[in-house]
Amino acid sequence: MTDNNHDIEQPDDRVPKRVVGTPSPAASTTLLGAKETARTAEAPGVNLQDEKTAKKGEKIAALCFTITLLSGIAFIASYVAFQVGDVESTEISNLALGASLTLALLSLASGLVVWVRMIMPKYKLVQERHLMASDGETRSYVGETFLQGAAESGITKRPLLRRTLLAAAAPLGLAPLVLLRDLGPSYSDFPEKLRHTVWGEKTKDGKNRRLVVEGTGAPIRAADFNSPGGILSVVPEGYEHDLNALAKAVLILIKFRPEELKSGTNLNWTHDGIVAYSKICTHVGCPAALYEQSTHHILCPCHQSTFDAADGAKVVFGPAARPLPQLPITVDNEGYLVATGDFAVPVGPSFWERGDAEAEVREKGGHA
Amino acid sequence: MNRITAGRRHPLARYAVLLLALGLLGVAYTLVVPTDDRAAASIASGKVDNVAEGKRLFEQSCSSCHGLNAEGIPDRGPSLVGVGWAAVDFQVSSGRMPMTQPGAQAPRKKPADWVNDETIKQLGAYIQSLGGGPVPPTEEQVDPAKGNRAKGGELFRANCIQCHNFVGAGGALTQGKYAPELTEATPKQIYEAMATGPQAMPVFNDSVITPDQKRDMIAYIVGLQQEPNPGGAGLGRIGPVTEGLLLWVVGISLLVLAAIWITAKKRQAQ
Repeated sequence: MTDNNHDIEQPDDRVPKRVVGTPSPAASTTLLGAKETARTAEAPGVNLQDEKTAKKGEKIAALCFTITLLSGIAFIASYVAFQVGDVESTEISNLALGASLTLALLSLASGLVVWVRMIMPKYKLVQERHLMASDGETRSYVGETFLQGAAESGITKRPLLRRTLLAAAAPLGLAPLVLLRDLGPSYSDFPEKLRHTVWGEKTKDGKNRRLVVEGTGAPIRAADFNSPGGILSVVPEGYEHDLNALAKAVLILIKFRPEELKSGTNLNWTHDGIVAYSKICTHVGCPAALYEQSTHHILCPCHQSTFDAADGAKVVFGPAARPLPQLPITVDNEGYLVATGDFAVPVGPSFWERGDAEAEVREKGGHA
Repeated sequence: MNRITAGRRHPLARYAVLLLALGLLGVAYTLVVPTDDRAAASIASGKVDNVAEGKRLFEQSCSSCHGLNAEGIPDRGPSLVGVGWAAVDFQVSSGRMPMTQPGAQAPRKKPADWVNDETIKQLGAYIQSLGGGPVPPTEEQVDPAKGNRAKGGELFRANCIQCHNFVGAGGALTQGKYAPELTEATPKQIYEAMATGPQAMPVFNDSVITPDQKRDMIAYIVGLQQEPNPGGAGLGRIGPVTEGLLLWVVGISLLVLAAIWITAKKRQAQ
């Protein structure tokens, strides 16, 4: 392709305006040829690599391509050499094929990058911004087209279509407003449900509900849970697999030396240094059960809320705003741990209607 | 030398210097940090009184933190009265004790030079003589082949995973402490850890988790340890989360850096 041909094939008005700083079309069309160096050197805004860098780049790129050549051969060779069959030989084959192909493609890409960066010339381009607005002719053309389209769609001429479309959109637009009803005060018993757990209910024969071990379902004899520093995950007897009940009722049971307990803990609700706390974090309700017996810290893994189990599970760190509620426990006449009532305050995270339940309990002279 | 000084304005020079400085810092730290090179106790050959020999070992290697009579020193080391031989066996055989320096966590490391079955037995006998406590389990009590992996897995999920993770990969606790991974723990150490509650770990005594249940859990944990890692590094085996995170953080950062480098304008000498 010569320069003359270029001019003939592309009339002047079709040729894009030349951007300032780029080489003229005449200079940029040559792909190969002895005159190349001389021509690019003359163009403004083009910086040629100096010959030393180019030589170095040539060597590096050539080395990369050689690596590609060798790894490509290695790929074919390993395909032939490593047969698959059992797991181990398949692993070896995968490793060899993957590694050789990775190396081949990587060094091919590296070689090309080095070629571009170290051998090809650098361009400095300045591009002028064109006017943002379209000209009047285009705009009036768009307007006409739009009106024509509206007329052709028949939205003005065919009211049935128009009205059914509007009617179709109405319920979809209304749906979010209807959902707001859930925020209403008297819609459901939901807030009330959050205040109570099954620990407050007596068993069928009117006894206090036993604490049983999560997983095995075995009741816990206080005399067996006798190593200070021990912890158990506990669920209510009779509700071992009722997930709706367990969502509020799971406990952690911790054994202390009696002298370790501090004033925050309600001692009337403990038995022989055994304390039961709600396992549900008061922040957003994750199971807080990472217990450190050396520091008596209960850690919630979700947001690092930390509670001091020896001091009524008060918050010592993190985003939780309230202590973990303590469950009143004692032992029945067979020596098993039982709950004597429900939590004094709602367990788990805050909800709109909760208010300051702790303050209400304190006003009545209770221990929250 | 000229070649080095000539390269000091190279765009990669600052990264090289930074790497070099970090490397030197690391090497210097490992040289300075105290290592556990207490005088190796001479192991008495022949018959000796285990308790007396254990007391001698204790005074040599443990008393600086736990007190001369194992009564404990506030803010340094707890009292060891009543912790039992099992606690000694766990702490010393896993290299956690003696600690190289006081700190939030006592990490597993190579046991000290003087540690062997005989010295652990002597030290254990001494601690046992102070106030009793749990003793190491028998071979049969910790034989994973005799445990029920399925039941053990249930117990493990109910009691252990909140700290140790469901594949035993461990996890962070408060103020620099962490629950260690269980990949290197021996069956005996797992049993002793449950029975004695080392460091921050709670105690699971034999009436809460029976020896049979402990053996089931050991069978489960040993099963986890033997699980192969198809595809190379396990990344804590917690699944696509870590793998995705690694790809995003490391892989995409590298790609971004590479893209920046490829398109970077080279400074031109004007």
